[in-house]
Amino acid sequence: MKTAAKQENFNYRLWRYDGAPGELIPLLQSAQEHFGYIPRRAINYIAGVTGIPESDIYGVITFYSQFRLSPMGRYVIRVCVGTACHVSGAKQIRETVEDELGIEVGDTTDDGLFTLNTVACIGCCSLAPVIMINDDTHGSLTPASVRKILRNYRKKAAVSADSVAVTSEGV
Amino acid sequence: MKKIVVGMGTCGLSAGAQATYDRLRELAEANSDVCMLTRTGCIGMCYREPLIEIREGDSRVFYGGVNPESAEEIFSKHVLCNEIIDDDNLVYVCGPDGNTSGSECAFLDLQERIVLRNCGTIDPESIKDYEDAGGYQGLRKALTEMTPSEIIQTIKDSGLRGRGGAGFPTGLKWSFAAANEGEQKYVVCNADEGDPGAFMDRSVLEGDPHAILEGMIICARAIGATFGYIYCRAEYPLAIHRLEIAISEARERGYLGTNIIGSGFDFDLKIKQGAGAFVCGEETALFASIEGERGMPRIRPPFPAEKGLWQKPTNNNNVETFANVPWIICNGAGAFTAFGTEKSPGTKVFALAGKVVHGGLAEVPIGTTIEDLVFKIGGGIKEGKKFKAVQMGGPSGGCIPAEMKNTPVDFESIPATGAIMGSGGMVVMDEDICMVEIARFFLDFTQKESCGKCTFCRIGTLRMLEILERLTRGEGEPEDIEKLEQLSIQIKEASLCGLGQTAPNPVQTTIRYYLDEYKAHIYDQKCPAGECQALVEFYIIPDKCVGCTLCAKNCPVDAISGKVKEVHVINIEACVNCGKCITSCNFGAVITR
Repeated sequence: MKTAAKQENFNYRLWRYDGAPGELIPLLQSAQEHFGYIPRRAINYIAGVTGIPESDIYGVITFYSQFRLSPMGRYVIRVCVGTACHVSGAKQIRETVEDELGIEVGDTTDDGLFTLNTVACIGCCSLAPVIMINDDTHGSLTPASVRKILRNYRKKAAVSADSVAVTSEGV
Repeated sequence: MKKIVVGMGTCGLSAGAQATYDRLRELAEANSDVCMLTRTGCIGMCYREPLIEIREGDSRVFYGGVNPESAEEIFSKHVLCNEIIDDDNLVYVCGPDGNTSGSECAFLDLQERIVLRNCGTIDPESIKDYEDAGGYQGLRKALTEMTPSEIIQTIKDSGLRGRGGAGFPTGLKWSFAAANEGEQKYVVCNADEGDPGAFMDRSVLEGDPHAILEGMIICARAIGATFGYIYCRAEYPLAIHRLEIAISEARERGYLGTNIIGSGFDFDLKIKQGAGAFVCGEETALFASIEGERGMPRIRPPFPAEKGLWQKPTNNNNVETFANVPWIICNGAGAFTAFGTEKSPGTKVFALAGKVVHGGLAEVPIGTTIEDLVFKIGGGIKEGKKFKAVQMGGPSGGCIPAEMKNTPVDFESIPATGAIMGSGGMVVMDEDICMVEIARFFLDFTQKESCGKCTFCRIGTLRMLEILERLTRGEGEPEDIEKLEQLSIQIKEASLCGLGQTAPNPVQTTIRYYLDEYKAHIYDQKCPAGECQALVEFYIIPDKCVGCTLCAKNCPVDAISGKVKEVHVINIEACVNCGKCITSCNFGAVITR
């Protein structure tokens, strides 16, 4: 039942497809925005409405780093590894996050709370080293401060454990 | 009436501008008879965010590092009682007579702002603010007083060169697209600012989105295009948000759509979000991405002016180039050539980052020296360390050593050093940065971002990366340098697009200027800068260690000894250089040397 409801909702979001060429990437982006990743049935559906073979869609998904084929954690952490962050100690920040969460880049914690990724540059170079957690940027980090930030997110998640809504929340 | 302006670009928001703004809004609403509150984009002093400005008539006073508490003080003293608070927060004062003072004078006064003319001044979410600042006057002039060929001639006369990095003359590019007949032509704005360490375009998109729209509409008129795309990276959500607002406001006011300002000219545009691929900054890959395909470059010729997006004549310029256009049309080509050098007129925006004191955005006349940028505007090197090099042009660029700091930054002198102008990222490096490691870092980036179409770019960069990784581990071999040099030449010659053709630049320039460092890694297994983790010694600074025992607990080989509340010591013989002690220390007491 739940799946059917979601599928319906999903179709509704995609009705905007007007047959214009070049809409594959926006469709994938809206699917990912909706599900948090691109599930198999979304690929199926997009192939159906656009007529693009599933294999081609898969090729596009795997080409772009934005697209994900598996579910993400509630908080998506993106450690900036741009040049400015790199020379300001991004490696140690990444290692600290890995150590604190017990996962490596690309993984999601077992409790589904955190997913760890890297990003090439988010353009906040003067605040290097920087991480983004969902849509919030945290800058001028040290190993100690990044641990504190992660623990705050954990605490907040524990407090709002009943709430399902995932929104952009600052610490 | 005082105007309180809060810097709300990504840099400001990341530093906490929202909380400052919220507090000021409460205060301003309660005192709406004496002041009004507004927001603006990035003024460039990213290092002092959150920034607020108190404006009254021609006088402007800037405060930096303003949190809600200090905002309250500024409000009660400055806004309500006209008392300028002369403390650490005060960064810049511009009196009604034009005299300037304050700690950041040098940063702003040495700049010439054409592209950034409105950034940090107007509210980017208000078309009225843009119009009041002279916005859309260039478009009016272009549509009502000039023919398309006159527009192109003006741009040619201005000598404007593409600001995306290659420096191709913009007017010439437009004339190619104009000369090609076609029912449908396109204008594309490349806002896929992918170079790590570069954020000029982000600031313009966030701070002055209408300038880009205006530039694009003028270009469309000049080449005869009726539709355009802005290809913006998805990592810039605020930029996309503000562009969307700007587009809908421009449509409402008749600057976009049919019969623009009654001239009979039709043009509209759409934002396309990138999906995270560096190679899409290359124009033919960008077109493929807009068409919904994998962003892989195509063979040129045919050039985009002939067969670009959907095989139609297309003109593609980057954000900064378009932002220059309305100013040139308004002020004339002569006003533009008054800045810069003979071959590279105008200004260029640079993003200063890395180990420089004033990390931020600066727009200077082309031909300004590296020294002026790093020391006069950038305020020198952090923590009084030694200036070692500046990296220009991102992963496609190179490292220019400190000895060459008198090099003027222009489209001739920079390529002569082996680096490239690039889009304007300038990452400053101090003595602690290892040049072999930096070369590895960039190769790691380009290797991952290679689309895989050309064999040498796909596999050649991987071989180079493997060699560089070995060097940073102290496992280099004497013939490695020659191998790197050979591969560099082969990759450059055998790659289709700019990504592969420039990927070896960081390696070539570091070998050229820092051969000694490469040799130290290979022959002595030493990293002179003390950065390569496998080749350094870990050390606990006694003065900083509080004896919390965390490092000892986290050490996987029990190489750290010390009692609670006593200074800990690392046993170098047992240490495996894993770095766990650094990441576990809450006091910054563990360093490498």
